[in-house]
Amino acid sequence: MKEILLPRVRTSRWLAVGWQGLSILMALLFTTLVLLLTGAPPLEAYRQVLEGAFGSLKRATDILVAWVPLMLVTSGLLLTFTAGLWNIGVEGQIVLGAIATTGVVRALQHTDLPPPIILVLALLAGMAGGAAWAGLVGLLKVYGGVHEIFGGLGLNFVATTLILWLIFGPWKRPGIGSMSGTEPFPERLMFPTLPGLRLSPWALGMALLSVALVYVLLRNTYFGLRLKAIGKNLRAAHLLGVPTTRYLFLALLGCGAMAGLAGSIQVTAVYHRLIPPISSGYGYLGLLVAMLANYRVTWSVPVAFFFAALNIGSIQLPITLKLDSTLSGVMQGALVLFVLLMQGVRARWQAKTTVESDDGA
Amino acid sequence: MAPEWIMGLAGVLAAAAPLLIAVIGETFSERAGVVNLSVNGTMLLAAMAGFAVAVRTGSLELGFLTGILVGAGMALVVAFASLTLRQSQVAVGLVLALLGRDLAYFLGNPFMGVPGPRVGALPVPVLQDLPLLGPLLFRQSPLVYIAVLSVILAWIWIFRTRPGLVLRCVGERPPAAFVRGIPVTRVRYAYAVLGGAMVGFAGAAYTLDLKGGWQGPISGIDGVGWIVLAITIFGGWHPVRGAFGALLFALLQWLSLVLQPQLPGVPSQVLNVAPFPLMIFALLLTNLGSTEWVQTLLARLPESGRRLALRILRSLQVSPPAALGMAFEEE
Repeated sequence: MKEILLPRVRTSRWLAVGWQGLSILMALLFTTLVLLLTGAPPLEAYRQVLEGAFGSLKRATDILVAWVPLMLVTSGLLLTFTAGLWNIGVEGQIVLGAIATTGVVRALQHTDLPPPIILVLALLAGMAGGAAWAGLVGLLKVYGGVHEIFGGLGLNFVATTLILWLIFGPWKRPGIGSMSGTEPFPERLMFPTLPGLRLSPWALGMALLSVALVYVLLRNTYFGLRLKAIGKNLRAAHLLGVPTTRYLFLALLGCGAMAGLAGSIQVTAVYHRLIPPISSGYGYLGLLVAMLANYRVTWSVPVAFFFAALNIGSIQLPITLKLDSTLSGVMQGALVLFVLLMQGVRARWQAKTTVESDDGA
Repeated sequence: MAPEWIMGLAGVLAAAAPLLIAVIGETFSERAGVVNLSVNGTMLLAAMAGFAVAVRTGSLELGFLTGILVGAGMALVVAFASLTLRQSQVAVGLVLALLGRDLAYFLGNPFMGVPGPRVGALPVPVLQDLPLLGPLLFRQSPLVYIAVLSVILAWIWIFRTRPGLVLRCVGERPPAAFVRGIPVTRVRYAYAVLGGAMVGFAGAAYTLDLKGGWQGPISGIDGVGWIVLAITIFGGWHPVRGAFGALLFALLQWLSLVLQPQLPGVPSQVLNVAPFPLMIFALLLTNLGSTEWVQTLLARLPESGRRLALRILRSLQVSPPAALGMAFEEE
């Protein structure tokens, strides 16, 4: 077996754009076929999604409401992806953040503490909750040899059960527990939103801050460099003296804290109570965002926005076209799948053309 | 009428049947070196599609065939993306796991709660009248017979035939297989697709037999695929040990249901989620023996205790096919 030499790729920006365009086109074609299979009018469905996302100022700001937790989760995931970890457990980390925050608010809401202090404590608790859940994944991996995909997934299901148990058990509404969630928080313990909208500038600020933090961490610090070394080759990094175990835990804890913060924000700034689907699947979606952005911080910002827009745009589909709102998930998944496939096709095509032109020379 | 506990165990066997088939499928795929992480999405999509086709056509056979085709198709995508296009198996598998689930819920929406055909029990003549064994083994759905047969056939195929030797070689030492003239990539494609087809068949079994119908997100199928992947590892990529894992799993789940009335303090949700901590625990058991801290701990134990502990841990330990998930370039 000959050693595989990487082809000398003459990258052209326009060619790259062309390949990406082709992937998007194929994903659209796939989604259109899926829509035709259900007998729904594809063009009308796409129009409804666009209308649902950008039809009014309120809807457009709703995209940002969804973008905030998605971006927080994706920022965290960029840390774990850089360290070479598949942190699927991120979904459960969001849930635990939401649970910890709700716990603190419930414990302190009848005390005399000033609301801002309670809110800050609640957010910190959320970050700690998410980090603790991520730490468990790390413990299982490092000291138990359980791959983070299985540890994380198992803990996701446990987190979902925990939230149901709390809502129908100890934290149930006076009277009877229901899927509508816990008793809403008092108004002074809700993050203020822009007048008439659901968007909280505080939440937006925290998301922007976390993106900036991860960007600087990965680009300009020794920490980021070591994390990349671990992601590229764990053994080599270890032999070179990088304390790999500590760095793996730091990446997981950082991701868990950001996911936990996302959960906190869903509770304090969006729903003002704990509801069963509090994570809205943003954890799994964050994984797709990071993959589609090719694990780059700068690209993940617009990709997360686009995915958030698809989510918001699909909310009305069950009412307007009697379609399930998981259409957004189908589009997002198809997009990532075809980008992955086209990356492979492109690499093969380039390798072939390079070899041919070398032969000719 | 057979005693109640026999009926319970017969139920355990029925619940384990699709798990068994899917575990054997994934074992084939991973033995050849292809990790198909899409199992959860594949099973959901196959369950939905199989049921939808069975409802529309009234034919159970066509329903199962659809499940098989869906599973084979998903596996083909994983194989094509990783073997031919050299993309990460984990990435493609995960994307398909998520995409399969969303597709199932999106396309399955009109079929939620719709009544459809269902596989019935197929008693084996004569044998069904055996005391105890009759009701336990021979009054089951055909699925149980297929599951048991597939375990036995998989064991014979993998360990007692020449193609099985080729399969093991491709997963352990692809270069060695290649220089002996075995088309490594083609073999990997074949077993990945075969494994996917079995996983799809198992998925369809949930809606066409075990659960009887499609209920969307509350069908109780979401998560099963991940359990299948975990049991494949727990089973050490061995069909019989994997089957044992699947049976143990179904047994523990049944026990938790039976014990529930005896434990009034434990809310029902806790028992419903029991499979997942169990999955983590099972994986923990297979790996504990090789971790550093356990070995230092063992070194401190007195001689007799250490021997026993070592023997237990070793018997649980598994080692994956050496080339699992790795690319191989044919030159």
